[in-house]
Amino acid sequence: MSVFDTVQRVVGNRLSLILIGAMLLVLPLLMTSSFQMRLAVVVWVYAMAAIGLNLLMGFAGQVSLGHAGFFGIGAYSVALGPSQLGLSPALSLPAGIAFCGLLALLLGRPILKLKGHYLAVATLGLGMLIFMILSNEVELTGGPDGMRVPRVVIMGWKVKGTETWYWITGIALLISVWLALNLINSPTGLALRAIHDSEVAASVLGVDVARYKLIVFVISACFASAAGGLLALYNGHITPGVSDFLVSVQLVTMVVLGGMGSVGGSLVGAALIIILPQFLTVMHEYEHAFLGLIMILTMVFMRSGIVPSISKAIRSRRHDSNS
Amino acid sequence: MALSEFLQFLISGLTVGFIYGAVALGFTVIYNASHVVNFAQGEFVMLGGMFTVFGISLGLPYLVAAILAIALTALIGVLLYEFAIRPARGAPVFALIIITIGASILIRGLAQVAFGTSFFSLPSLAGDTPINIAGAVAQPQSIVVVVGTLAMVGLLALMMRRTMIGKALIAASNDLVASQLVGINVRMIVAMSFAISAVLAAVAGILITPISLVSYDIGVLLALKAFAAVMLGGMGKPAGALIGGILVGVGEAMTAGYISTDYKDAAAFVIILVVLCAFPNGLFGSEHHERV
Repeated sequence: MSVFDTVQRVVGNRLSLILIGAMLLVLPLLMTSSFQMRLAVVVWVYAMAAIGLNLLMGFAGQVSLGHAGFFGIGAYSVALGPSQLGLSPALSLPAGIAFCGLLALLLGRPILKLKGHYLAVATLGLGMLIFMILSNEVELTGGPDGMRVPRVVIMGWKVKGTETWYWITGIALLISVWLALNLINSPTGLALRAIHDSEVAASVLGVDVARYKLIVFVISACFASAAGGLLALYNGHITPGVSDFLVSVQLVTMVVLGGMGSVGGSLVGAALIIILPQFLTVMHEYEHAFLGLIMILTMVFMRSGIVPSISKAIRSRRHDSNS
Repeated sequence: MALSEFLQFLISGLTVGFIYGAVALGFTVIYNASHVVNFAQGEFVMLGGMFTVFGISLGLPYLVAAILAIALTALIGVLLYEFAIRPARGAPVFALIIITIGASILIRGLAQVAFGTSFFSLPSLAGDTPINIAGAVAQPQSIVVVVGTLAMVGLLALMMRRTMIGKALIAASNDLVASQLVGINVRMIVAMSFAISAVLAAVAGILITPISLVSYDIGVLLALKAFAAVMLGGMGKPAGALIGGILVGVGEAMTAGYISTDYKDAAAFVIILVVLCAFPNGLFGSEHHERV
């Protein structure tokens, strides 16, 4: 890797942070209804979870079809923390993230030994198991009806209103992007990319493959639970639906549609998957069929995803004009 | 009392177990011919049941509706291969996983619009008079399920051994390139494997609908349980798939009977997780070496 590559990457990282920051600042000026702002909050939250999943899929090359399970754990911990442990909602969020990370650490060790289809099925099963627990433990979680999430109160200030949450989730997204970019450019990120290219080659080079896979699995679970917790705090109510298999599928689609290995891509993917169905209100009942179709079309025609495809096209054009 | 109770759980476990086995067999047929794991397999079960229900509601006789349903499902299987799997041949495993999951969501989404979200049933083929076996009660349809599945498996085995198509399928499973060299039309053979596996699933769907009903969203869980069966039996082993299916079905029924009905679906996942982690190649699987 040349010095120029490194410079370009650092500048590129700064640039993507600045771009996302600018977008966060400008968007509220363009929005005309609170509905649009609501939608933005949901996009930021899902983008966070998608970025976490992208670290696992795009950089370590491991598929997870159960990330909605971690999303659900995060969401329920902000409801259960106050009602069961007497924690404040604001404290329940980091507690939930920590719990989720610990769970991922314990479960990840055996699960990540698996590859390909086996890993996909094991994570799918894990996600469904979490969904089942959330729906069946009625005494604890309220069952399919869900439960109320108390408002966050920080030093007497009640955190409420869509605009407030726009900023909170927006900043959380910015922090997630920053963390993800830092991780990618750290030695851990390099090791992960080596694993993605070839696990055998990476282990020959002295990369502790199992350990790095576990690290990124735990990190991506933490991202998902943070996102789930924020969504629950914003909505004030949650149902087991947050951890449904379809949500896991949505997250995977966001990652592959935006582009595996592209942090900005996950934001684009999340925006498209959340916003597109709103425009296609006529087609509302076809929402799931549409999601399935997007998955197939992306994998058949644009396997590297939107953002990498576009940047590749731009780069090759620049290359052409230079020569 | 305890024995008859156990027998009761065993009967219901065996009934669904044969269905899981049939679906798992479908997995195996496709996997052997193309090394694709078709996550949309459960949707074929749903389509088999649904199409039959709607054929009958249109006034068709049971048998005609069932045959039409099987043919339609087989056609959808072939379309899935031609339009989603084949264009992505040579793609990495994750891409094929996402494609077949996408197909499963697509079929499920369309079925939701076409058939609605309610549960449908079919009349039992063997009447409704329960059969008493040593204090346990079996629905006559259970026997239809077991006999029907076994007949179907027997037919498949016969076809594999006696017909050109079957032999070509076996050849393609052993070595794709070599079978191409001796003039086997691999595209046709793989399309055929999708059709066969769709037929297996559709028949299973028609057989089980009188017992467990059908709705647009039964596919995911079924596919997962069939996958658990495949894990138990070892990937690519037809007999293993059937035995694995029966084990998953019985395990599930025992969980429902002795532990909790809420968590009966969890039995399959626990099996998946335990088997995968303890025996990564399945109970009857062979050691697999990755080539670098």
